[in-house]
Amino acid sequence: MVAEQVEMLLNGDFAVAWAWKHVEPDVVAAFPITPQTLIVEKFSEFVANGEVRTQFVSVESEHSAISAMVGAAAAGARAATATAANGLQLMHEILYIVSSMRLPVMLGVANRAVSGPINIHCDHTDAMGQRDAGWIMIFTEDAQEAYDTTIQAFKIAENPEILLPIMVNLDGFLISHTAMNVKVFKDPKVVKDFVGETRPVPKIKLMGEEVELSLNPRNPIPVTFGPFAYYDYYFEFKRQQIEAMKKVPDVVERVNDEYYEISGRKYGNGRVVPWNVDDADIVAVVMGSAAGTMRYVARKYRERGVKIGILRVRMFRPFPWRDLQELLRGKEVVAVFDRTQDQGVMGGPLFLETLAALYYLDDRPRNVVNYVFGLGGRDFPPELVEKVFDELIRIKDGKEKPFVKKYVGVRE
Amino acid sequence: MVGVNEVKWTPTLIELARKPDYFLPGHRMCAGCAAPVIVKLTLKALPDPDNVVVVNATGCLEVASTIYPYTSWKRPWIHNAFENAAATASGVEAAFKALKAKGVWKGDLPTVVVFGGDGGTYDIGLQSLSGALERGHKLIYVLYDNEAYMNTGIQRCSSTPQYAATTTTPAGRVIPGKPEWKKPIGFIVAAHHNVYVATVNPYFWADFVKKIRAAAEYEGPAFIHAISVCPRGWRHESKLTMTISRLATETCLHPLWEFDPETREYRITDRSLYIAKHPDKKVPVEEYLKLQGRFRHLFKPVRRDHLIKEIQEKVDKEWEYLLRLAGFK
Repeated sequence: MVAEQVEMLLNGDFAVAWAWKHVEPDVVAAFPITPQTLIVEKFSEFVANGEVRTQFVSVESEHSAISAMVGAAAAGARAATATAANGLQLMHEILYIVSSMRLPVMLGVANRAVSGPINIHCDHTDAMGQRDAGWIMIFTEDAQEAYDTTIQAFKIAENPEILLPIMVNLDGFLISHTAMNVKVFKDPKVVKDFVGETRPVPKIKLMGEEVELSLNPRNPIPVTFGPFAYYDYYFEFKRQQIEAMKKVPDVVERVNDEYYEISGRKYGNGRVVPWNVDDADIVAVVMGSAAGTMRYVARKYRERGVKIGILRVRMFRPFPWRDLQELLRGKEVVAVFDRTQDQGVMGGPLFLETLAALYYLDDRPRNVVNYVFGLGGRDFPPELVEKVFDELIRIKDGKEKPFVKKYVGVRE
Repeated sequence: MVGVNEVKWTPTLIELARKPDYFLPGHRMCAGCAAPVIVKLTLKALPDPDNVVVVNATGCLEVASTIYPYTSWKRPWIHNAFENAAATASGVEAAFKALKAKGVWKGDLPTVVVFGGDGGTYDIGLQSLSGALERGHKLIYVLYDNEAYMNTGIQRCSSTPQYAATTTTPAGRVIPGKPEWKKPIGFIVAAHHNVYVATVNPYFWADFVKKIRAAAEYEGPAFIHAISVCPRGWRHESKLTMTISRLATETCLHPLWEFDPETREYRITDRSLYIAKHPDKKVPVEEYLKLQGRFRHLFKPVRRDHLIKEIQEKVDKEWEYLLRLAGFK
């Protein structure tokens, strides 16, 4: 049953803060960095006003923020933090440790270009630098989805089959600072019932005893977290993480469905959000807020009879390659849009992974091209999208030679 | 007032020995390493050792005590990385506070004890430590200071004493070991003003355990600086560990003192207090240096009196400074 909701004028950062308020994590540790600051500022208000019982730890760096998450989550707490750009880079070392310890930490990232030169605006390079860290990564499209996904994130990460950390990405400024009417649950209890009042801490068997997988001193056998594993065990640690990651796609879909029951909102199958892809000849594959601009333009092209579709990749890790295979087989032109630096490689990460997925199809798309766009917050307006779409139509019609990679919106 | 004078607990060595061990045998610390002694004394001294969470920075202790699938820790224990033990401990402490506020955790909050080596404390972990102290988390941070990066093979640290040879400050023909003096970590921590700070020496175990008690009884953060003799890195026979440990304090290289965050007083304790009152009992620094291979180049092939004298003069100066801080001058 869809629960009662109220509309609030919220930007993406506030939407994350409101989701946290409704989930009420036990510990939030964070360090300010633009464009994430509004999340922690708003949440600090909730703390200062006694509206949440969360311990807010105002740490001296992002490195300590994520380190405190490790301690808090290992202690059995529900833990959340947020950052961007260089802050996420500073967390990098510890991200691998979080996933290796199987701690379901929630991390909000207001995606921002990475220095240098220093810049505060949106691109996905910060998140892409962490793509091998063993985290679940979801990219949202607007403030509403940032709210919804933040709530879902706890339920996905804390699933006893998963126990992996999760990163919820929202485009810096484009989502983080752009206000829209966001539907939030009127009664936070709805959210609490959805994610659970407290984190379900799994039980494990240790030396014949059942113990809580936490630092709980009352465990009959105390647990050692973060041991030294040589060549004789390290590989197995990693292998188990990989096994857990394999189960994520189904859980993301299930949580997306369950959330639909209480909210009336769902995002494709949770992993990918296709728009007019089935009958399309040309499909644009994209992540984040640019998907909205693309649909806006594509709608006009559809009216003119151009069979164009937009496939938004929502879950980047684990990469939904089966979904892409299913949706993109046999297409005339697939154009993959990366909002990420691609130094010294054939194409951006979204492109390369899409390409790899498509290779195994018998009926591969005829053309697959890559566009890199919007670095450092460079605008990607409808006029630019039109130029790109026109080019794709020419490629489809054989009037223009296909290519591997192009940059859009940059002075060459 | 916070400190050893407030502690109403004077265990005998037999009483301490009969307390259960929470750091179990089978670990791979070197013979003669003082770190396990420091760990055992710390855990035995806690008023409620059953209600403890241990956080460990990367280092010898962490590596040698938790080789998967084994562990020497009979208490909940977590190792995160090198530079973030204090931040990790902040999270643990905050978690139990939050869980208590929500009624999930009932009863007294666990004592959070951190063990960090000198590298993880003086150098790479200093920022994380300072942040955690400033925020006032209730934790006992125990620094076991073996005066170099021993885990990676005896490289120079800011805690390495002057003229000690390490693998990155070898005693060369031009440069006789580490040129710089040791960083005064205790004073740096005391400058936070909300921290109970104490130096300890496992040889002076009675002073040691009282200071851990004082730390546990203080409501704010505590920092315990333990000198941790390392036969491998200091180049001496394993059997000399406790002798060298004793000399570190008797020469005033590692004097015993505490900082009271409530009265802002420095107080000299135990053997160091005795030396403060009887200056003739202060042992010349040479007695300490000559037992250790890391200082061999000060004595062989030719004796370098000027360097030994320079160390002695600096130790005297530091000791005078401490005496002034503690109101002896």
